[in-house]
Amino acid sequence: MSNITDTSPAADQKLKEAYFTASQGQLIWQRFKRNKSALAGAWVLIILILSGIFSPFLTPYDASIAGRDKDYLNGAPQVPSFCDDSGCSLRPFIYTYERTRSFKTNFRWVSEEKTGLEDRRYVTFFSKGMEYTFLGIKFDRHLYGVDKGQIHIFGTDSTGKDIFSRTLTAVNTSMAVGTIGVLIAFFLALLIGGVSGYYGGKIDSVLQMVTDTVRTIPNIPLFMALAAFVPDTWSSEERFFFISLVLGLIGWTTLARRIRTHLLSERNQEYVLAAQLCGASPSHVIRRHLLPSFTSYIIVDLVISFPYMILSETALSFIGLGLKDPVNSLGVMLQNVTSADVLLNYQWYFIPVIFFIVLVLAFVFVGDGLRDAADPYADTNK
Amino acid sequence: MTRLLDVENLTLDFDTDEGRITAVDGVSFSLEAGEIMGLVGESGSGKSVTAKALMKLNASNAIYGQNTKISLNLADGPVDIMSLSTAKELKIVRGGAISMIFQEPMASFAPAITIGAQMVEQLLIHTSMSALKAQEVSIEMLDRVGISDASTRFKQYAFELSGGMRQRAMIAMALSTNPKLLIADEPTTALDVTIQAQVIDLMKDLVKDFGMGIVFITHDLGVIAQTADSVAVMYLGRVVEKGPVRQVIGNPSHPYTQGLIKALPRLDDLDSPLTPIPGDIPSPLERPNGCVFNTRCSQFLGSQCSAEIPEFTPISHDHMVACHIYQQDQKGT
Amino acid sequence: MKRDTLISATNVSVHYPISGGKLLGPKPVVRAVENVTLNITKGSFFGLVGESGSGKTTLGRAMLKAAPITSGVVNFNDGKVNYSLSNMSSKELKDYRTRAQLIFQDPYAALSPRMTVRDIIAEPLEIMQLTSSREETDKRVREIAAKCRLNLEHLRRFPHAFSGGQRQRISIARALVSEPKFVVADESVAALDVSIQADVLNLLKEIQQEMGLTFLFISHDLSVVAHICDHVAVMYFGRLVETAPTRELFNNPRHPYTKALLSAIPSLDPDAKNLAQKLEGEIPSPTNPPPGCKFQTRCPHAVDICRRDEPQLESVGNEHNVACHRWQELI
Repeated sequence: MSNITDTSPAADQKLKEAYFTASQGQLIWQRFKRNKSALAGAWVLIILILSGIFSPFLTPYDASIAGRDKDYLNGAPQVPSFCDDSGCSLRPFIYTYERTRSFKTNFRWVSEEKTGLEDRRYVTFFSKGMEYTFLGIKFDRHLYGVDKGQIHIFGTDSTGKDIFSRTLTAVNTSMAVGTIGVLIAFFLALLIGGVSGYYGGKIDSVLQMVTDTVRTIPNIPLFMALAAFVPDTWSSEERFFFISLVLGLIGWTTLARRIRTHLLSERNQEYVLAAQLCGASPSHVIRRHLLPSFTSYIIVDLVISFPYMILSETALSFIGLGLKDPVNSLGVMLQNVTSADVLLNYQWYFIPVIFFIVLVLAFVFVGDGLRDAADPYADTNK
Repeated sequence: MTRLLDVENLTLDFDTDEGRITAVDGVSFSLEAGEIMGLVGESGSGKSVTAKALMKLNASNAIYGQNTKISLNLADGPVDIMSLSTAKELKIVRGGAISMIFQEPMASFAPAITIGAQMVEQLLIHTSMSALKAQEVSIEMLDRVGISDASTRFKQYAFELSGGMRQRAMIAMALSTNPKLLIADEPTTALDVTIQAQVIDLMKDLVKDFGMGIVFITHDLGVIAQTADSVAVMYLGRVVEKGPVRQVIGNPSHPYTQGLIKALPRLDDLDSPLTPIPGDIPSPLERPNGCVFNTRCSQFLGSQCSAEIPEFTPISHDHMVACHIYQQDQKGT
Repeated sequence: MKRDTLISATNVSVHYPISGGKLLGPKPVVRAVENVTLNITKGSFFGLVGESGSGKTTLGRAMLKAAPITSGVVNFNDGKVNYSLSNMSSKELKDYRTRAQLIFQDPYAALSPRMTVRDIIAEPLEIMQLTSSREETDKRVREIAAKCRLNLEHLRRFPHAFSGGQRQRISIARALVSEPKFVVADESVAALDVSIQADVLNLLKEIQQEMGLTFLFISHDLSVVAHICDHVAVMYFGRLVETAPTRELFNNPRHPYTKALLSAIPSLDPDAKNLAQKLEGEIPSPTNPPPGCKFQTRCPHAVDICRRDEPQLESVGNEHNVACHRWQELI
């Protein structure tokens, strides 16, 4: 296994025995662990996913209109500090902002920062805030808040919604859309690719024609048509499920092809023939031999499909064909960034983009690491 | 006969995920021009790795030993293979002065290019012939190796030829650059026994005509007995016995060689039982200390075998064996 | 069926259709096995020898009903049941599978890498529902593993822990766990090192005697067959060319192909100059063979009749049969 420094023969033997009795899952995990970037990616992924799930707790305000800060529109990020001219404090604080408009500012509303000692607003932890429901139970504690007013560590958008809260809920939404889409795609792929690969012959030819047809459907025109088809009366949740469904219905083709290829080669393996020579039924062969043989590959494919789903949804929502307010996703958050005003003055609108780049990269690293670790039997010696 | 190849202390380690594996450990042998030397061993013996080392063809995680020296004596002076590093330098050796043929002929011909095109390409790389001359030479070589209708075959693809013919075509391609040394890595293992006999005869013939040296790698002692002039028996990366083929096979001295011969089913002795060598070949990650064969040796002497690596002792003029039994006799204890 | 014949093949042919050929003409076929007749006695170790293209693997599979029998009859009679393989009901086929098994060639490909050794060996018992409880299955697995010289701790491990020879023993254990009567060993030692080969062969011989099995041992290696089989059949290009008790075949080969095969085996004696002929030429094309004897393209003794008529098996005496027009003249 890994580099073992001098150990006693008994410990050595135990390690060897562990290697001999290691199942495929254990072997894959061993190999995966050795890949530093994959492991780092996995940690980042776990952190992001947990942040998304626990976003109501982690974020101080509701991400929708209900939580907006009327006094701080298009506000810059407020980074807490510990020390300033008036001295240091153990508790981090931010400043009060006052909106003024005067001749000096050309009559534009401007937020001025007041840095006096009495203008400090201290950050509180586990503070009481807006109520939210999590797993059916109502909570009102948030990880952090501020004693007066609101705190926006990523700034706010044009209506005053806290960008940090929106970012975390966006991560959650995108992951949810991705999950549903991937699951739908996966079941379809398993069914079609599986039947195709297991039976081969004419069934395979027909199913491959179907697969190719679906593959060649151009996505953007399809979505435009669907966007036109979706009635406005649908709630955002219904819309959300609909988009996920459509993404899944289009996304199964690559996975199906991979499953089919894998099955076509696996079913000619000698150990499959050995089982068939005992009179094994197709379901036994599939269950005992074929499915386990490509489980690792399928998991890799699933993980790698996620970023595609997420990016597809982002792109669609960005051009207005996907999700809409108040359902929050990265695409929705980016809907308003194309104006010159934003690009020149409110660059913090792009902070969520960094989150998503990190999320996608994490998926990619983990997927690559899994793929490299996935076949522990690839280099069996002869 | 001039000394063609000198291998001294070839040591090769591989840096793998599972740790550092010693594939070849202190192998030394030499080859004259016109001599066929057999390199015999089972799986894990390191024979293929040794052969590839002669052309520095091993994977990039291969680490050669400090004292490894391989020198090839060509017409214009000796070449130190270990010192060659750039592709340009190695080009002299690979395909030019040294050629290699492999076990699986289907694998060494590109499936989408005709055989003729590949042979011509080889010639154009290593010689200064024109394309037309290269074609002539190639067709001549195909004919020389016994492929009938050579000019038609020249334009065919590898899959259109049978196994035996493909192997002959590979030999033709390897010899078309007139190499001084031919490395044959299990060339007949994948062939039917009747075709194998033909190919062995062909190779012996070609040595007579071309005068090159051949390093013939195989696990089949019978093939070595019929083909080679000298033989080196390898086990887990070391040479345990070497010498002229008549002597090593007629008077096997190392317990491993003896075991191998006893385990072979012989047609001339149908009554004798098949005696396997007890135990299994250890994995290269667990090479035994001392003599690598000591874990399975029926004539195990004791702590000396498991602690000290035996040196070569001569049984006769050219016949050397690395075994403590003979070392003791030598020292007169 | 005479005496104690366990399984017999009578005029068995296995043809595979291939694509191509004219639209309205006869469909081209590959005659993998053509008109083979042989009988395997109960308890014998029957060798089937041939080179590539001889059809020996196909014949072996046909006798296990793992390859389609185009024409001819394969009959299996172990005293308890009497099956004709070409027309068996699915119930009979299920039963036949418990009585006839196959050991594969490649020890690395024949074992599922994701199952423990215990599961691999137990699988036939589970599929064929031969045991009624997990304890019974475990007991039988342990018994057969012990016979194949596998330790108890080996049962918990996965195939990647084992060497080629050990894997082959696991393969053997799997084939034998259902206590079949007839076992086909298809090149079962070809992929093994010489020192391990002898070990596995000895094991097969031992088990055969212990369990009273009948083996069909398919191999291209005549020396191995000579040591372990009591009866040998030689195939060439899908046809049976010679069959005899082992000693008889090796001491007195009558077919030119058998003679050539024997002389082609490289002897360990460097000075043994093979007196018999070396074969020139190649085997004929499988889709378009010449009429008459299929060996004519390489036979040094081919005459007109050889090019016209296919020779049938004739008795030389002593259970020794040969299919050659000229066997009496050629010594």
